[in-house]
Amino acid sequence: MRFWQQALEIARVDLTVEQRVGSTLRITLPFAVVALIVFPLALGLQLGVVSAIGIGVYWALGILFGMQVALRQSATDSRDRRDLHTLLGVDPAARFAGRVISGGVLMIGFLLVLLGAMTVLFDPSLPEGVWPVLLLSTLLVAIGLTELATLAGEVTSGLSNRTVLASLIVAPLALPLIIGASQSVGALERDTSILPWILLLIASDLALAVAGVGLAQPLEEATR
Amino acid sequence: MSGGRETRRVEPVALFDRAGVSLGGRPVLRGVDLSLAPGEVVGISGPNGSGKTTLIRTAATLTSPDHGSVTVLGRDSRDRDLLTTRRSIGLIGHSPGLIGELTLGENLDHVARLAGIERVRVGRALDVVGLSEVAGRRADASSFGMRRRVEIARLLLTKPRLLLLDEAASGLDEAARQLIDALVESVCARGGACIVASHDQAHLEGLCTRLASLSGGSLEEATA
Repeated sequence: MRFWQQALEIARVDLTVEQRVGSTLRITLPFAVVALIVFPLALGLQLGVVSAIGIGVYWALGILFGMQVALRQSATDSRDRRDLHTLLGVDPAARFAGRVISGGVLMIGFLLVLLGAMTVLFDPSLPEGVWPVLLLSTLLVAIGLTELATLAGEVTSGLSNRTVLASLIVAPLALPLIIGASQSVGALERDTSILPWILLLIASDLALAVAGVGLAQPLEEATR
Repeated sequence: MSGGRETRRVEPVALFDRAGVSLGGRPVLRGVDLSLAPGEVVGISGPNGSGKTTLIRTAATLTSPDHGSVTVLGRDSRDRDLLTTRRSIGLIGHSPGLIGELTLGENLDHVARLAGIERVRVGRALDVVGLSEVAGRRADASSFGMRRRVEIARLLLTKPRLLLLDEAASGLDEAARQLIDALVESVCARGGACIVASHDQAHLEGLCTRLASLSGGSLEEATA
């Protein structure tokens, strides 16, 4: 019970800080939407092309800017704050879970706004019944990317240039998420089963959750 | 009961046994022997870079010794599961470890929630340190002294058995220094012990039961 109390408290404070600082809402999100606008402007009147690349651009920008959202916490995680948590007896696994909860909430919100903006700007040609699949894969990508970034933040804790190093860890390991997300929609277009791709996303999320919780304590001790 | 003379061995609150610590390949502490009995307050002085902060962090189990051993509240500091032990360690470091975007009161509330402490005690602790009137002020808009008082209030909440103060009184007014002195007294009265690292020799002499000095990572008892 204490595990979840600590996890939820860490998530609550993270979200309170985000609400007051607003780095996701005021900086990353507007910049991502501007990046979305650049594509139709660059392609001019080729509306067919714009419509066809909409989903691909959404996933590419979602992952790239989503990494910034997810890595936000590791950039602000000071040694004093970690020490405080340690001496309050906070379970490192609970801290991982708390960060994933708060980061996941932000990431889901971020991706949903980006998806809405993409739909308006690109008017994508989508196969029938795509929305539940798109929303499900967005949810699974948001969770997986947040888990991955939180884990990368823990691995690089205490290192100089940790934000850059964490990004370098997250980018290649996010490939199964990108592939699973893009191919789940692609499978609908090809009229094949989406199940393998959704299972890939679920398996990635579960593997990252197990790794994050299981490695939290050893990683914490390794930095001492 | 035998009625004969009974000798009970008092377990030290903290015990350094030829402890050596290296940071970045450079030895910072060398063969430190130090035993803290319940009720003792050991003052550590020494020039900048002599290893005072490392000694404090090692006693807090935040840094592990490379050589020898450090036992805190009966547990080896290199043990894996120190969650419970760490809850009984209180640390005030160089800089107040508060979350700047939260108010002073919210910072203390966060501590209470994480440590599973009744939140009614937060108000009382704020009263004791004289912060009730300014509890709604953001930490990053508060003075150093106010933030330091929040840390004192935190330790009033968590009631540590081993109190570690690293230049905790520097930059504080007389009233805040008295709060720190009272905190030390209350820890000792509960059977705990304290290590106080400071450049202020007069303050150490007034507060501590034993004095020692660090030089080049080696600890030397100054007075009995």
